[in-house]
Amino acid sequence: MLKTDVNYSPVLEPPQIESLDSFLDRIRRLVIQGFQPLAFFGTNEKLIYALLGKPHELELFCTPFPESLHYPSLTPEFPAFQIFERELYEEYGIVPSNHPWLKSVRHPLGGSIKIEDYSFLSSDSKLIHEVGVGPVHAGVIEPGHFRFLMQGEIVEHLEIQLGYQHRDLINMLISGSLAQKMPLVETIAGDTVIGHGTAYCRLVESLAESSPQANDIRSLLLEMERVAMHLSTLSALAGDVAYIMGQNLFAALRTTVINSTLSICGSRFGKRALCVGGVNYPLNKTLIDTLKAKMHKCAVQIRSTTEAMFACTSLLSRFDDTGKISNADALRFGFSGISAKASGVAVDARADFPIWGYPGFEVQTESTGDVYARANLRYMEIMQSLQMIQELLDQIDPSAPIQAPVNELIPDRIAISIVEGARGRIVHIAKSKDAHSALWYKVIDPSLMNWQALSMAVANEQISDFPLCNKSFDLSYCGSDL
Amino acid sequence: MIFPTAGVTSKMLHLLQARFRHGYQAIPDPLTVGIDPAFPGLPELAIDADLELLNKLCPTKAFTSQGLDLGRCIFCGLCSRKYPEMIVFRPNYKMAADSREKLIMAPGQTVLPKMDFMLPRKFRYSFALRSVSAAGCNACEMELGASNNVNFDISRYGVETVASPRHADALILTGPISRNMADALNETWRAIPEPKYLILCGACAISGGLFADSAAIDRSFLKHWQACLYIPGCPAHPLSIVSAMYSIMRGS
Repeated sequence: MLKTDVNYSPVLEPPQIESLDSFLDRIRRLVIQGFQPLAFFGTNEKLIYALLGKPHELELFCTPFPESLHYPSLTPEFPAFQIFERELYEEYGIVPSNHPWLKSVRHPLGGSIKIEDYSFLSSDSKLIHEVGVGPVHAGVIEPGHFRFLMQGEIVEHLEIQLGYQHRDLINMLISGSLAQKMPLVETIAGDTVIGHGTAYCRLVESLAESSPQANDIRSLLLEMERVAMHLSTLSALAGDVAYIMGQNLFAALRTTVINSTLSICGSRFGKRALCVGGVNYPLNKTLIDTLKAKMHKCAVQIRSTTEAMFACTSLLSRFDDTGKISNADALRFGFSGISAKASGVAVDARADFPIWGYPGFEVQTESTGDVYARANLRYMEIMQSLQMIQELLDQIDPSAPIQAPVNELIPDRIAISIVEGARGRIVHIAKSKDAHSALWYKVIDPSLMNWQALSMAVANEQISDFPLCNKSFDLSYCGSDL
Repeated sequence: MIFPTAGVTSKMLHLLQARFRHGYQAIPDPLTVGIDPAFPGLPELAIDADLELLNKLCPTKAFTSQGLDLGRCIFCGLCSRKYPEMIVFRPNYKMAADSREKLIMAPGQTVLPKMDFMLPRKFRYSFALRSVSAAGCNACEMELGASNNVNFDISRYGVETVASPRHADALILTGPISRNMADALNETWRAIPEPKYLILCGACAISGGLFADSAAIDRSFLKHWQACLYIPGCPAHPLSIVSAMYSIMRGS
């Protein structure tokens, strides 16, 4: 089922069911051709779906659950499948044979292993000691557990155990009317409200064959969210190396940006802003002018703050060469967002699967894959987004309608929606059951794959650099725990 | 010895320039400062509001026969956009109560009842919080973090967030409490020395919010322990958090 030149969240008839062998063959062939796995999951129809993509091309295909409940794992050959296969195993008990790390992902209700019984990799060596961190962390952040195997001060291995945030959100999405799930979608990750919200809205609109209004306002909010999230990370990075001025200046700049989001919709995180069919709140001329002035001032301040920060050699000595991810690893493991782009992999859904026109958009990348690359790339993306925000504010017509009526869903259709959030590629994919509800719904937050990057980045680093590496990726716990 | 004068000067200039442009960012008085009129704060229900009709729209079923339960409300605005004559959300961030019952806004009511609870005198100028996120979506967590940033600066009142529960006077909970976090929450609470206080921040923590009926939630912790302060919101705004904390430390 090949779709070329996708410029709209595609809606498809369910694909032909194929045999396991041809399904796996097709995956191998496509990955060798340069396709990345965007999703790979089981559904309540007892089918395994694979969604693979490369710029402007998507392929979706499926196979029945194997009768033996076993199939040869794809992970040894293509590590990008590792978390998907673990998820499939946890949710449906299908065993990818020879998977090197077949451990639970979220510990859902009724799962075979309880979160407290999780078995960590350990070592009998007298040279190795273990350090456990979390789930409750020192700062005000979400819960997750990090288990370090240490040789002296050097990290030999980091195992990341998540699932503490699991809220059974997907089952709540498929019960009841799909079009009324906006408030729930806003909590997939409360810091990526517009990213996940846009993906959900586009998906429902595709399933209903309706075109939304106010795409420019949605696009504006998405870029503002990106700027705010990157500023929050830059602030935390500066704080982690005790560069207090950067920490405070970036935090204050983030306040300006999210307070501007509040002046649009009433929420600093963009909650309440989106609805299926468009947006809830219009922008008037006065607000547009205020936003333009504020964002312009922000851009000037962000530039001078970043220049001052990167002129600080003691800060650079902590950032440079710390927590490296090689270009080859970023590609092999299918990372997205900053985690990939900082290692020179130019993946960005705004270029690869644009849902709106992004004239002249160029994916920003860095090459060194270290903390500095991720920090500097965030700065580059902030400046690019602020430029886009100015252009969007020029474009927005205050008198244009902001909501379009949305039809009922067309039963038995599959829709795919891909959005570049602040953390990377957000994929929503769902199949409609009847005119109102979904049969299944799959959410893939970029963090689900990118957590592996953190684990790889800290290997052979000093444990004291862990907080810095962690912040440089800035991954979501609830987005991957759902 | 060579002094890299030029380099130092330009670096210093960068720094001073950035600092100068930054200006003064702290809100002079976060207890009285005005807020953007777009902010949906304390709601007002019309005397004749049809609560059943409003409840049908509500994703968390926050309307009871007595009024709107701020502990459940996620301020999504579905009700006020459709029936602006029945309910409006005022840009009033002073929303907090010392009991669950006081969070219900009856039709015609414009302010929340005065709080009776006050911390003992020894906490008036120093109160240490240990934050626990138990399946919070990171919005409340970020707002809690923001309460301590250069703008809101809750530490000016002596409130600090500490890393160890051993150093804490209170636990501030965000999120609906997932089953997978229930043990860790209990253990953190047990590790806080007496006297200790429990604060619930955000709709999820207060009532379970959107996740009240989720199978993966375990709220039994709250059956054993009583909170002294409830801060509604989805997420709670930093100004709500600052004014709520101030009111239990030094009175409203």
